[in-house]
Amino acid sequence: MSCWDTLMDYGLRSVGIGERLLPRSDFTLCQQFVLIGSGLIWNIYFGVLALFCGFFLAVALALARAARAPLWRKPAEWFVFVFRGSPLFIQFFLAYEVLTLLPRSGIDIAIGPVSFNIHTAWTTRAWAGALFVLFLNTAAYSAEIFHGALRSVPKGDIEAAEAYGMTGWTRFRRITFPTMLRLAWPAYTNEAIFLFHATTLVFFSGFPAWQQRGDALYYASYFADKTFNPFIPYPIVAFYFVLLTLLLIAGFGLVGRRLNRHLPAAGRPAFRFRPQLLR
Amino acid sequence: MFAFCDPRTVEGLAWFACYLTTGKHIAFYWSFGTVLLLLAVTAPLALAFGFAGAVAARARFLPLRLLGRTYTAMVRGVPDIVFFLFFVIALDQAIEWSLHQIRCPDWTEPIRTGLEFRVCPQAKVPPSAAPQGVHQLYGFALAVFTYALVFGAFAANVLHGAMRAVPRAQTETAEAYGMSAAQVFRRILVPQMWIYALPGLGNLWMILIKATPLLFLLGVQDIVYWARELGGMKTQAFDYPHPDWRLWYFLALLVFYLLFTKLSEIVIARITRRLSRGQATMAGEDLRRAAA
Repeated sequence: MSCWDTLMDYGLRSVGIGERLLPRSDFTLCQQFVLIGSGLIWNIYFGVLALFCGFFLAVALALARAARAPLWRKPAEWFVFVFRGSPLFIQFFLAYEVLTLLPRSGIDIAIGPVSFNIHTAWTTRAWAGALFVLFLNTAAYSAEIFHGALRSVPKGDIEAAEAYGMTGWTRFRRITFPTMLRLAWPAYTNEAIFLFHATTLVFFSGFPAWQQRGDALYYASYFADKTFNPFIPYPIVAFYFVLLTLLLIAGFGLVGRRLNRHLPAAGRPAFRFRPQLLR
Repeated sequence: MFAFCDPRTVEGLAWFACYLTTGKHIAFYWSFGTVLLLLAVTAPLALAFGFAGAVAARARFLPLRLLGRTYTAMVRGVPDIVFFLFFVIALDQAIEWSLHQIRCPDWTEPIRTGLEFRVCPQAKVPPSAAPQGVHQLYGFALAVFTYALVFGAFAANVLHGAMRAVPRAQTETAEAYGMSAAQVFRRILVPQMWIYALPGLGNLWMILIKATPLLFLLGVQDIVYWARELGGMKTQAFDYPHPDWRLWYFLALLVFYLLFTKLSEIVIARITRRLSRGQATMAGEDLRRAAA
């Protein structure tokens, strides 16, 4: 079987398209590259969606943390503490157990004469349940970053905005928010990188891989278990992730350039890779 | 545990008292000790690895410097769990392979045949006849080494940065006093670098705490293993039947980790204060003013 055939069979295996049975013996290098690469689709799915949704919650949380009223501040502080203070691994397990406790038949909601049924079975599946946990987790970590940036917005900027007569929403939209984002961006880039790394935990923590549709590490450990040879599949995962990391740095770098476009080159906060590996 | 514990008769609070002190639960409580032991052994070891890595990365001798740089760069860009899964098997096979070369020089069969990794019986680590405890201990030792290796690379990053953060004036003064390079390193650089390294090392400690549940993936019977084992539904065939209680067990783990993180935060804040004394930093200056 040529490598092209393998690509056709297994290229989209992780989303259920193509050959059903995974290779069982006589593993070729090509099979390992293709299957692990196909698993990477899930990593990207989790990473991109969690990051995108998490961004908005994170900004809201950061603002709540900066609020003076304890009614807003306290819940946000607790949320951030719980998600940053405990391992993501445990969060996955816990979320899975909570989601399995939802009634199998769904929840019946009756509003007056209309009653409808909310299905709950899908929430225990990784694509929804794990995504939800990752979303909350990255929101907590990013909120901490944004909160730090919010506190370092220069006083002069706010004063200048006030001198121009800007208040409330206008001031936030034109001055505070862009400055916060600009200051937070290097740290946020790191957060994004490590969120993508964290997605590899999904299929090792409670959430079962349905019909053997797993992520990159799931397939890598499948190969390592079958061949008892870790020296090929794991370096392949490493290769893919280094590539992904470089792509992320490039992509976030572009956004960072746009955020800093009004500043002279020397005054821009530089991106520094800060290892923050596990959650 | 208690004298009144007869699973068929006890009820209510007594039931819980008995249930929570079964042999398996005692093993569960001990596994918290396993986690603490892992942290206690890994943290100094990782620090030592990190220190060696940072010193190597500063070395004048090129191959050594390259080695140090490679080590510190190793963990970038790749999820650490990949390293965990990889190193445990790789180390195991490396040890067995080298023993195989020493103990069975005239073994003719290939080691990797198809899907198997087969060494001669004398090279098995631990020997297949060894008691269960030895196997567990070996697994734990492999896990500790893997953690130390990965976290050492992170610590090396932090320490390398800290060594560069010590003001040049300090080492320059020492040189002016006629100290040799080794003396400058030992007497000036190392005592002063810790305050610069502390934020990074504190962060690393938090990360290490949160990495401990991964022991479960390395096949060690840790708290996650027992939480799953004990929490799962127990039918009437068991002494203490109960429905699926994994949620509560994992909730307990979550609380354990939250408390541990909080405690660490407090301790790190204290150490920072202690180390700032007499330092040429803002915090050190504040302490001096407060005392004066």
